Amino acid sequence: MIDEIGGFALILGLVLSLTQVVLSGAARVRRSAVLAGAGEGAALAAFLGVAIAFAALMHAFVVSDFSVANVAANSHTEKPLLYRVAGTWGSHEGSMLLWCLALTGFGAAVAMLGRGLPAGLKAVTVATQGLLGTVFLAYTVFASNPFVRLLDPPVEGRSLNPLLQDPALAVHPPFLYSGYVGLSVVFSLAAAALVEGRVDAAWARWVRPWALAGWSLLTIGITLGAFWAYYELGWGGWWFWDPVENASFMPWLIATALLHSAVVTEKRGALSGWTVFLAMAAFTFSMLGAFLVRSGVLTSVHAFAVDPTRGVLLLIILGVTAGSGFLLFAWRAPSLAPGGLFAPVSRESALVLNNILLAAATATVLLGTLYPLIREALTGESISVGPPYFNLTFTPLMTALILLVPAGPLLSWKRADAQGVAQRLGLAALIAVGAGLAAYAMVSPRKAFACAGIALGVWLIGGTLSELAERSRAFAGDWAETRRRLTGLPRGAWGMTLAHIGLGVFVLGACVETGWKVEAAETLSLGGHLKLGAYELTLEKVQGVDGPNYDAERATLHAVRNGREICTPRPERRFYPAGGQTTSEVAICTRGANHLYVVLGERREAAGAKAPVWLVRAYWNPWALFIFIGPVIMALGGFISLSDRRLRLGVGKRAARPA
Amino acid sequence: MSGWLPKSPKARRRLILVAAIAPVLALAVGLTLFGLSDSISYFYTPSQALAAKPPAGRAIQLGGLVEKGSVVKTADGRVDFVVRDQTAKALVSYQGDLPDLFREGQGIVATGSFRGDGVFQAKQVLAKHDERYMPREVSKALKKQGEWRGDGAVAAYQAPGSGT
Repeated sequence: MIDEIGGFALILGLVLSLTQVVLSGAARVRRSAVLAGAGEGAALAAFLGVAIAFAALMHAFVVSDFSVANVAANSHTEKPLLYRVAGTWGSHEGSMLLWCLALTGFGAAVAMLGRGLPAGLKAVTVATQGLLGTVFLAYTVFASNPFVRLLDPPVEGRSLNPLLQDPALAVHPPFLYSGYVGLSVVFSLAAAALVEGRVDAAWARWVRPWALAGWSLLTIGITLGAFWAYYELGWGGWWFWDPVENASFMPWLIATALLHSAVVTEKRGALSGWTVFLAMAAFTFSMLGAFLVRSGVLTSVHAFAVDPTRGVLLLIILGVTAGSGFLLFAWRAPSLAPGGLFAPVSRESALVLNNILLAAATATVLLGTLYPLIREALTGESISVGPPYFNLTFTPLMTALILLVPAGPLLSWKRADAQGVAQRLGLAALIAVGAGLAAYAMVSPRKAFACAGIALGVWLIGGTLSELAERSRAFAGDWAETRRRLTGLPRGAWGMTLAHIGLGVFVLGACVETGWKVEAAETLSLGGHLKLGAYELTLEKVQGVDGPNYDAERATLHAVRNGREICTPRPERRFYPAGGQTTSEVAICTRGANHLYVVLGERREAAGAKAPVWLVRAYWNPWALFIFIGPVIMALGGFISLSDRRLRLGVGKRAARPA
Repeated sequence: MSGWLPKSPKARRRLILVAAIAPVLALAVGLTLFGLSDSISYFYTPSQALAAKPPAGRAIQLGGLVEKGSVVKTADGRVDFVVRDQTAKALVSYQGDLPDLFREGQGIVATGSFRGDGVFQAKQVLAKHDERYMPREVSKALKKQGEWRGDGAVAAYQAPGSGT
């Protein structure tokens, strides 16, 4: 019964989304406040419909209703509750429903929160959002319905892929999808601005909170995914430049560029056309990501729930949606008013350069991701583009960007004093170079690139703090004044500071981890030793463990350094009978910011020997914690900045273009 | 400002923009071309590798089905197995932990290079997380050769215990 309600509510959501398009569109044409209100009501109702459908599907998963095909294929009665809930979005159908939930949710949010928007702009935004909702809901209802029933329900389900039965991955899709789809609002606002022919400071102020929300959620989503890959796959790495990873990274890069260009449009009225372009590109990359991940056209090490037959439909949706968006752009953008002028050395220029670098980086990632497809279409050869390509192209562009980041906020608008900025950053530059050189001199083995990375990270953090000190006059010695100034700083400024520091923390972690990671693997019998850098690991025992829906072998090791016991890693190797699949459960000992990472491999009976042996792999990942803490700080900065903007949501009407 | 810049502010801004974009674009294009010529790796099935004869030491990907009964695991952590397609076989040697989904008869992709003695030294062996699917290149190459017992053979839903 509940399943029928869910299926019905989903169709209702589709119809209501369509109603939302018609009502809001008519409201714009007739300039009718009544119709606009009705359109907003429809947006809210569409969200409620999809929410009911989502709740119904979740209910089916929680109670293990195997008459629903999707539940039977992805759930199991013995699965812990968290993973039964997470199973809701673990499959293709469920994840598309989650996508629609976020899409209609953001549509309802625009309709409800957008009181300060001009009536015309708002009506077109709600209509566009409804159009996106209609397209994706139609896809979900007709091509990927999660409520399809089985005539002959099985007694037991096939269970969710055990690799996905993990707390980080249980919450990863909701964050990632809200991030992806948060950018849809930005897309709708851009389309609306083009229809209205008005892109000004007020519009940019409107775009920022949505872009910030999408960006922050996407940051968390990507970080959770990387963290999951790090400790669940047991390969010791956290980023593989896999197509699926790139698919989530490209919208993030574009959203980052958008956040920065929107500042220029907001504060100076310049770059309006470019900002609109980025706003459209951001969601286009989100849809491209969904297509790449779901269609399986590219070989990925972690593609789940792919379905090539539906890929074509998603590609058509992508082509039509993005195509019409960019057509609208090509048609209307030339009529946008040009913005204010600025000198070559100015904050505008720094932000333009930031955008150029981010756009170029996105382009190289896109090309590397799609090149296998292009090559195959042209020559028929199968190739793969691996991490070396991305390291070679992406890193230099990002290095240039990182060098620029601390200077940006210190430059003044319109025309800046380059010498003054250089002086103010002198101390930070000195510390950064000193840190890099010190690392080069003291840390063995010597790694020039990793030391340059340390210098860059320190430069980012130090330079950002210099700017904070500058703003609060920390060097003037008047502490009361400094404190007054610090508390008086707008939250947006704090958000930027945190985001830049977070990036620095990430750069430090990524460079140190990559540069000085130590790896060792050996087959050990009980009592055997494995040497890993300064550590010695001893396999003490291996015992069987009964999990809720798996059987495991759990090893107990002792990690000793200089004769002192440091920790006892207990890695597991789990067998899930429901899917006939084995996974490794990595043991990670956190020592400060460093990780001692131990994986238990398969058991092998040595020929001739009496005792069995186990393959044990261990990694020493220095500063690995920073890799994941950095992005969390960045996202925190985003949310703090968002809390600032929220207060100003209503002020959208206020400003015409300054100067 | 210097005299050689155009007088019109609009043209001047355009010039500055071009001056900023050009080096970044040149850098990006240069690195991309270099990267794509140098750090891509080709995918071969054993018979394609036999025909293409990649030089020893050149990083490639070798994909195919793991021949039944060919897997030899030694106590020092080494694994030898035969990857085959319809017409050819290749001996693969790998040091380390096999992916959880590695099974005889299943499709895999190994990255690595051929040694001088013709044995493929794998650095990494990939099987998909999701056991219902083959690595795409493998399934496609096998389809071409007419050996494909594809996804269609396995129903989307299987009663527990009946399969895998």
